[in-house]
Amino acid sequence: MPEFNLKIRRYLPESGEAPYWQEYRVELDGHQSVLEGILKVRADQDGTLGIRCSCRAAICGSCGVKINGKPRLACNTHLEFAAGHSPEDGTIVVEPMGNMPVVKDLIVDMEAVHWKKIRRVSPWLLPEGEPPEREYVVPHEAMVDVTQSMACIQCGACVSDCLSMEVDPLFIGPAALAKSYRFVGDPRDGQHYERLKDVAEDPHGIYDCTHCFNCIDACPKGVAPMSQIMRLRRAAGSHGIEDRNNGHRHEAAFVENIERNGLLHEADLLPDSYGGKLHPRALPELMSSLPAITKALARGKVTPQKALLHPHRRHYHQVRKLIQAVESKEEPLELNLYITGYEEDVEATEHEAGETAAMREDVQEDAKNVASGPQKEPRQ
Amino acid sequence: MPSHDVLIIGAGLAGQRAALAAAEAGATVAIVSKVHPVRSHSNAAAGGINAALNPEDTWESHAFDTVKGSDYLADQDAIEIMCRAAPDEIIQLEHLGVTFHRDETGHLGTRAFGGASQARTYYVADITGQALLHVLYEQLLKYHEQIDRYEEWFVTSLLQDDAGECTGAMARDVRDGAIEAFRAKAVIQASGGAGQAYKPTTNALICTGDGIAQAYRIGAPVMDMEMVQYHPTTLVENGFLITEGARGEGAQLFNSGGERFMERYAPNKLELASRDVVSRAEQTEINEGRGLDNGGLALDITLVPRKRILEALREIVNIGRDFAGVDITKDPISIRPGQHYIMGGIRTDNLGRTPVAGLYAAGECACVSVHGGNRLGANSLLDTLIFGRRAGEDAATRASGLPMPDGNLNSRITDEQAWIDSIISRDGNGRRVAQLKEELGEAMNQYCAVFRDADGLDACLQTIRRLQEQAESVGIDDSGTVFNQDVLGVIELGYMLDCAEAMVVSGVKRTESRGAHFRTDHPERNDDEWLKHINVTRTEDGTPEISYSPVTITRWQPEERKY
Repeated sequence: MPEFNLKIRRYLPESGEAPYWQEYRVELDGHQSVLEGILKVRADQDGTLGIRCSCRAAICGSCGVKINGKPRLACNTHLEFAAGHSPEDGTIVVEPMGNMPVVKDLIVDMEAVHWKKIRRVSPWLLPEGEPPEREYVVPHEAMVDVTQSMACIQCGACVSDCLSMEVDPLFIGPAALAKSYRFVGDPRDGQHYERLKDVAEDPHGIYDCTHCFNCIDACPKGVAPMSQIMRLRRAAGSHGIEDRNNGHRHEAAFVENIERNGLLHEADLLPDSYGGKLHPRALPELMSSLPAITKALARGKVTPQKALLHPHRRHYHQVRKLIQAVESKEEPLELNLYITGYEEDVEATEHEAGETAAMREDVQEDAKNVASGPQKEPRQ
Repeated sequence: MPSHDVLIIGAGLAGQRAALAAAEAGATVAIVSKVHPVRSHSNAAAGGINAALNPEDTWESHAFDTVKGSDYLADQDAIEIMCRAAPDEIIQLEHLGVTFHRDETGHLGTRAFGGASQARTYYVADITGQALLHVLYEQLLKYHEQIDRYEEWFVTSLLQDDAGECTGAMARDVRDGAIEAFRAKAVIQASGGAGQAYKPTTNALICTGDGIAQAYRIGAPVMDMEMVQYHPTTLVENGFLITEGARGEGAQLFNSGGERFMERYAPNKLELASRDVVSRAEQTEINEGRGLDNGGLALDITLVPRKRILEALREIVNIGRDFAGVDITKDPISIRPGQHYIMGGIRTDNLGRTPVAGLYAAGECACVSVHGGNRLGANSLLDTLIFGRRAGEDAATRASGLPMPDGNLNSRITDEQAWIDSIISRDGNGRRVAQLKEELGEAMNQYCAVFRDADGLDACLQTIRRLQEQAESVGIDDSGTVFNQDVLGVIELGYMLDCAEAMVVSGVKRTESRGAHFRTDHPERNDDEWLKHINVTRTEDGTPEISYSPVTITRWQPEERKY
């Protein structure tokens, strides 16, 4: 049986010592999990090593840790995979998750961060009026849709790797916002508007996410928290919620700016977000960002030429075609973990697939053009 | 010192359902769990929950299927209560927010399950248990003013007053090692099964029979403990569960010759015969040399349409990929029978009351008995909810008429602390807790499994007795107070050994074959002698004492069982 080297971040709060690294060697099959490796260490060598674990099958969410720097469940990460992706020559590096205080070894304080944030979004169904005599009759697709966020096992991996939370610890965060979508997407809930207003108006709410995709990468269950946050934003928009953080207007301006220019024209973005250069609210915003603009000019990050004559406009019609294709759909296209439908609709599936492939070619073509754009513009 | 009307131990479905019911009835409630509630093993119940909710279905049909599934050992009055209450419970859960699967008309849709004469299993993809558990936890959060949650508190023993009534529990805060006495007018054990006494098992690492052993130690009888369910489809590699939902959706079983062998064992229900029947068929195929080279049999899920797999069996797509390296939409997966559930547990009446006044039990740790010799798939979630609710309601009623138990518990706290300190300070006997646990698990899986006989069970009992002795002096590494999982492991080992002992002594006694208990030396069912429950009670000196109680038969007389 192959031998694996586990390097584990230890912290024993009662010892009075700072955290330290400890290495262990275990003999196990490569397809066994990092959790099994840790449990073997605990069984045979060192019973003081702390880790939460229960189901061993990636359904209870207990064993979230960082393996080689990435948040994962220890129970569904194979030893050979981990060794193969080691930054330290085959040694598997295991440490506690980030963004949460460490209690002992690999055990973090989920209560102080994760659960507090979950409770922040009133995580229970709030139906309107008396329930029906039998079940609520709701579309099949709606239940499949929220099942993606129901699939969350509250392991905290997304919280661990959330960049926004690192900068703003008050950010409601990916797990709790995905939980919020579970109710906003549920036709039985009667508080969609109030929920959306709440997470839109909170300065640490849905517009605090920076689209870094870390939570999507981190999630072991395919919940894709960032996608749920984007759904919340779209829903807030369609409920006409103009939040005081200007998040919604900023987002709308972003899309409009790209549709107009083919590629983001940053100089226009800020005024656009506040209603255009001539809007009374845009002026103070522009004034207040003058120092930043001056600095950017001084450092050559912005040039008057670039700011006034946006270089990528010639591709705009392809991008506009894309945006129009997406917006012409009656129902927004949502990618879901749980596929719905039956094998009988092969034709429909193939038709859709064809359409998507055609669109993908367009996009690739476009991406090529866009990518070649800046190279033609010599840096100044 | 925490004092509540109702103290609930365990925060899986039974515990959480009991907490909501007791709170709704006006009681003050504490719910204590050694893990965070959403880590509970109810998560693992993938396939669904049974109810005769469809207008064409009847509770009688559901009840009869359950009686037949139990091989006539279950109590028919309890089954009647459960099956009658099932439809309302499903509707209530739906109203609380469970995202049950809908059919094309937007109404609740069902899937087929083993041992059932109708498709009456309601489900959420293949995460039904998880969906239910998380929705109930949402409700605990909603009712946080009435329900105090003690998350990551490990119960070490139950409290009993001079009259023998249960008056609370002692628990250790896993986070800092503090011992606390929880006073209560009624205590509900809802701490789950004891599958970790087996290796391999589908059960989570936390399923160590804590509540069963704690109740047993203060004199509550345990019942039907010989009835241990082996699930027909667990992964050959590591014993992980492949939901019965797979077969419900159309997956089939094949032996090494490519034969759909269930045609020989259960010509009508085939793969969807009850679990004991399918597991026995599989074990026979394996024992007679018709298994695959890896010791298993083939479960072919590719027969299920791919889109349907991706919608309804998503979790086993992951399990197949992560733990067996198989894409179940393309290739068959190797399975074998594996320990999954214990039908037995703390004996209760239909309100969840145990013979010890003030002590209730619900869920897998309890034995009402609605499962008898063999539990039907998708009846366990139902059992936890119906009897969790009933126990919660009755415990609240009991509490409303009683004063809070008094008496100084400081000396009790000191004693409990001294006991834990004594474990920590042991020199040890050269063996490690994990070794003892492994030896126990292997013995149980060898001798107290799908097929059993007197010699094997005797050998197993001797192993258990020796391990009990060794467990008394086994040493540990961790002497800390913060998350000392080492010391809790010793206490859990003791719980598992108590449960295993009760399983094996009951198994030795039952000299017939019924449900999951198949004695190769007594292969026939013997209703004349054995249509009765075996009870095990702990005597003063710690040895188990056997007694019997009658099976309640209301309208279904025992008949030959064929699928």
